[in-house]
Amino acid sequence: MSVEVVLPGVLADLAGGTRHLEVEPGGGTLGDLLDTLAAVHPALARRIRDEAGALRRFVNVYVDGDDVRYAGGLAAPVPEGAVVQVLPSVAGG
Amino acid sequence: MTDLLAIGTRKGLWLARSDDGRRTWTLGEPHLLAQEVAAVSIDTRGPAPRVLAGIQYGHWGPTVMRSDDLGASWQETEAGAIRFPGDTGAALARVWQLRPDSADRPGVVWAGCEPHSLWRSTDGGATFDLVRGLWDHPHRPTWEPGGGGGAVHTVLPDPASDRVTIAMSTGGVYVSEDRGTSWTPRNSGISAVFLPEPPPEYGQCVHKVAVDAAGPDRMYAQNHFGVFRTDDAGKAWTSIAEGLPADFGFPVVASPATPGTAWVVPLVADMQRVPPEGRLRVHRTRDAGETWTELGTGLPDRFWAAVMRDGSCADEGDPTGLYVGTRDGCVYASADEGETFTLVADHLPDVLVVRAARIGS
Repeated sequence: MSVEVVLPGVLADLAGGTRHLEVEPGGGTLGDLLDTLAAVHPALARRIRDEAGALRRFVNVYVDGDDVRYAGGLAAPVPEGAVVQVLPSVAGG
Repeated sequence: MTDLLAIGTRKGLWLARSDDGRRTWTLGEPHLLAQEVAAVSIDTRGPAPRVLAGIQYGHWGPTVMRSDDLGASWQETEAGAIRFPGDTGAALARVWQLRPDSADRPGVVWAGCEPHSLWRSTDGGATFDLVRGLWDHPHRPTWEPGGGGGAVHTVLPDPASDRVTIAMSTGGVYVSEDRGTSWTPRNSGISAVFLPEPPPEYGQCVHKVAVDAAGPDRMYAQNHFGVFRTDDAGKAWTSIAEGLPADFGFPVVASPATPGTAWVVPLVADMQRVPPEGRLRVHRTRDAGETWTELGTGLPDRFWAAVMRDGSCADEGDPTGLYVGTRDGCVYASADEGETFTLVADHLPDVLVVRAARIGS
């Protein structure tokens, strides 16, 4: 069973025109999932993480509704069947 | 023959064109809308002009976009044009400068970035390599970020030698005589009012450096207080601020055609970053900074914005054209070396960079 990644509309173009991606969870953490995502959609993955691997400051990621910043960050577990949502935070002007 | 002006702003890129010898300009529709464009270049060395834009998506990070059809379409290197190697532990924060090298070095493009780093491309800007000689420089840990972030914001490759001059905020001026392998600070004579006396060997906040048309050894620097000139490739700098209403400011632009001719846009002070008396004025020297003339025909009074480091540029025309973009979203063009200006655009987002090029036959 794969993981559903839900993207904001502004990133859909980088995912082939869709906001919903089915991704294999890999090793079971968010970092593993993003590695898998990067192999298929590198430009999309760079919007979420920088090249040093860190989540971008103003990008929020939720696993089944939980903010990963409070759940281990990139080490947050992502079980099969999970829904991973990527959202821009409140920032800018 | 078309004169093209690229205008990078905090929320997008605009291209303006003139088909009548820079008398009138037509502003096009926005490109890369809502994305910060702090660096842009127009590379005219190839079969078609290539526009490179260093953008910051805000939430989604920085990247480099390129267009070979004047913005009709944009391409991005999938894996990223500028990526810090893994061993550095660093991540690109912003692209501050994109600078095509000379015509006899086709494909070579330099990028100055935040964190303080210099990059070199040999494929026209599709991919860049980190210039390790600067990254590994023992001074680098002491280069503090200026108010806009730590930036290599000026890259000046000498077309006739292996010299590359860069300027950083902060850090100051560094010169490599071997195309980037080794670097030497060259700030002697440049003040650093935010540090105790005497001025250090490096660490200055040099805002912009421009090369005089007389040759690569003569350069001008607009400093964080102070306007300076060197005649020996930066080994010694002397003040040329006398005659200016203020010695603070961001850009300095040199004519690529007329030796001794350069322009600055003075602001009152670092704690008062507005033009003197609330009037946008350009000050021009014809004698390498010995004297200055205020120019303002066509520029506004009651003006309380500023012009950023790359908010002014010259073109390759004859006479030299001068362009000034402001933080209140206006762009002014002069086809007569600053004697008179016309409004190219207004009500844009804050202008961060302008670059001009002549395209077509």
